[in-house]
Amino acid sequence: MNRLQKGPARAFRALIAGFLLFAGLMVATPAHAEEVDPSTYPYTIAGTFLQDETAIEGVKITATLDDFSASGTSNEFGEWSIMVPELGKYKVEIDVTSIPEGFALSDPENGAIGEADLTETDFAAVLFSFGADTSTKITFADQLLIRVYAGLNFGLLLAIAAIGISLIFGTTGLNNFAHGEMVTFGALMMWFTFAVLQLNILLAALLAILATTAFGWAQDAGLWKPLRKRRMGLNQMMIVSIGFSIVARYLMLLFFEGDTKDIGGGGNIIQLGPIYTSDITLIGMAINVIALAGVALFLTRTRVGKATRAVSDNASLAASTGIDVERIIRIVWLFAAALTGVAGVLYGLQFQANWLTGFDILLLLFAAVTLGGLGTALGATVGALIIGMVVEVSSMFIPNELKYAAALVILIVILIVRPQGVLGKKQRIG
Amino acid sequence: MDFINILNLTGGELIGAYTAAYVLCALGLAMHFGFTGLLNFGQAAFAALGAYGYAISTLSWGWPWYSAVLFGLVCSAAFAVVLGIPTLRLRADYLAIVTIAAAQALRFAFGTGEYRDVTGGANGLSQFGESFYSLNFLPDGRYEIGVLTFSADEIFIRVVGWSLVILAAILLLLLTRSPWGRVLKGIREDEDAVRALGKNIFVYKLQSLAIGGSLASLGGMVFVMSSQTNQPSTWGTNFTFMIWTILLLGGAATILGPIVGGMIFFALLMFLQNVMEGLVNLGLLPFLDIAQVGQIRFLLVGLILMLLVIFRPQGIFGNKKEMQFNG
Repeated sequence: MNRLQKGPARAFRALIAGFLLFAGLMVATPAHAEEVDPSTYPYTIAGTFLQDETAIEGVKITATLDDFSASGTSNEFGEWSIMVPELGKYKVEIDVTSIPEGFALSDPENGAIGEADLTETDFAAVLFSFGADTSTKITFADQLLIRVYAGLNFGLLLAIAAIGISLIFGTTGLNNFAHGEMVTFGALMMWFTFAVLQLNILLAALLAILATTAFGWAQDAGLWKPLRKRRMGLNQMMIVSIGFSIVARYLMLLFFEGDTKDIGGGGNIIQLGPIYTSDITLIGMAINVIALAGVALFLTRTRVGKATRAVSDNASLAASTGIDVERIIRIVWLFAAALTGVAGVLYGLQFQANWLTGFDILLLLFAAVTLGGLGTALGATVGALIIGMVVEVSSMFIPNELKYAAALVILIVILIVRPQGVLGKKQRIG
Repeated sequence: MDFINILNLTGGELIGAYTAAYVLCALGLAMHFGFTGLLNFGQAAFAALGAYGYAISTLSWGWPWYSAVLFGLVCSAAFAVVLGIPTLRLRADYLAIVTIAAAQALRFAFGTGEYRDVTGGANGLSQFGESFYSLNFLPDGRYEIGVLTFSADEIFIRVVGWSLVILAAILLLLLTRSPWGRVLKGIREDEDAVRALGKNIFVYKLQSLAIGGSLASLGGMVFVMSSQTNQPSTWGTNFTFMIWTILLLGGAATILGPIVGGMIFFALLMFLQNVMEGLVNLGLLPFLDIAQVGQIRFLLVGLILMLLVIFRPQGIFGNKKEMQFNG
């Protein structure tokens, strides 16, 4: 490969080469390495060295990944940061000889080495413990409890978004691949109303949910209703929804840019046994449960809800009994979009958001809906809770990056054993 | 704006190695979707298996190119069987969800740091082309073809890529005109009718999935060989969706369609991107910056996909009668 080196880059390379020669090391420069100004690297590993709340200055720390390595030194506040060029799991090691007198690592044997997991985020904090060892090991049972709690929270979030997919699939037969973008839209709207406009949190959430509902209505009125009128095939509509999801995703990237938005719900830390959570999370879970109960009541107790189920079962038969099918579909779209907006707002408050947020969980939503049985609201809820649990609990046993893959593998396995899903009716599969 | 340069770049896309790679994947998808009616949204996984199969067997085990190619093909055919047995009995839209899920799960597995020694983790693998490029009989140097200049290796990968496209097209032509291919089209049109004729449609679908998947794995190999880098992020869903757009642009149930569709698609993208960049540089598009022009590229992919399926589902070369999108 013929690479032209720019002037400053070449000088920098010469400097490095000189340094290596000086150190008497023979190091083969990898052919793909490009030397650029390290301060322009996009990813950061950082942390703070403290012993009994006293900052430790001048400790040298090095991050390495394959052939790459970079170093940093802690400042007078004990803070350090290292900029790195690529995503990956970096090994972070303290130079123990640089630790000043009076300070010591809690674990002199292994305590100098840490790991920075930069596989999913652009920032990773690494903790090192100094001074007498006060941390206690978390028992397996406690850890399981923590994961199950996280799984319940994640599962509830998935559930209200998955019910939206399920209702739309039930009434129109459409597998809407653009559903994830509604989650993203809700989360980014929450960022806009809450973090940018600085509105009251309830007002901000309400506006974000209304905006998502309007987005859903516009999709149905502008795209899906005309296509239904043309009697377009369902598989064809599914591919249209894929196209639409790409368009919507990149439009949001253009408007909101690619960085991860800190919506900053924050909240106060609350301890429940071994579980540390925040009031925002607890309130979010309560809202989720109320929303799910609301869906159940809507579908079983109200006229419109009963009509929705009738359209899901058999649209032609429902139409012949005088139900206005198009009106029901419009209501379902509004209802589904509102629920998805709630999911987006709560997701954004708890986990931050970027333009890919919804797309990242879209397949989990489909897995939830398929697991429970396509087109049933209760099935989608059960499926979402299972998927949420699988994702969180599996991360105890497999690498964190593979936790979504675990959920997808579960989906495939379930389809082998029970293709109609856990609660689905057999007639629904072809 | 330098229009001559833009036209050169656009022309270069017509014979680009990436274009050939995508066209091979699209020919495989034509087998799946166009001729058998399978909604496979995991074509990126087949391509990734070809690419990783080649790169890993070369780098980790030191295999020569021909065993590495064979290994990549075997990997993707095996994946087709593993994926096909549980899913091909399901309805078409289930197949779509499961294939896209399997492709993502596979990509996560390739990208995780756990198996960094073998897969290279998030950074992927590079410099695995020595055995392949040692076949290059052209002397080193710069070659001018019309207004474009290439190195010997750049010419070699293009020749190999497009030769594979021609061979794949001939294979597809023979297969789809054979009695076997007529059964496939029958399955696409009416599964039950074919079943009533005593054909085991499951086996036919599985064979179609494996053959189309193998073509995609060849595409994946050409793709990573042209730059000698193989990164897990390449094999995301966008890769699959671009293949679908190419296929539907040219015409799903045709053989010329994916080839010409791929050429038009990449030439169009390159042309639009450069024109937009030119306009941005001239200050005529004040609401955009250069980085955003690259994002608009993908936006256009989505838009083309939507408009094609809505207004011309049979594509440029297709016959409307052959493009029913069952269901």
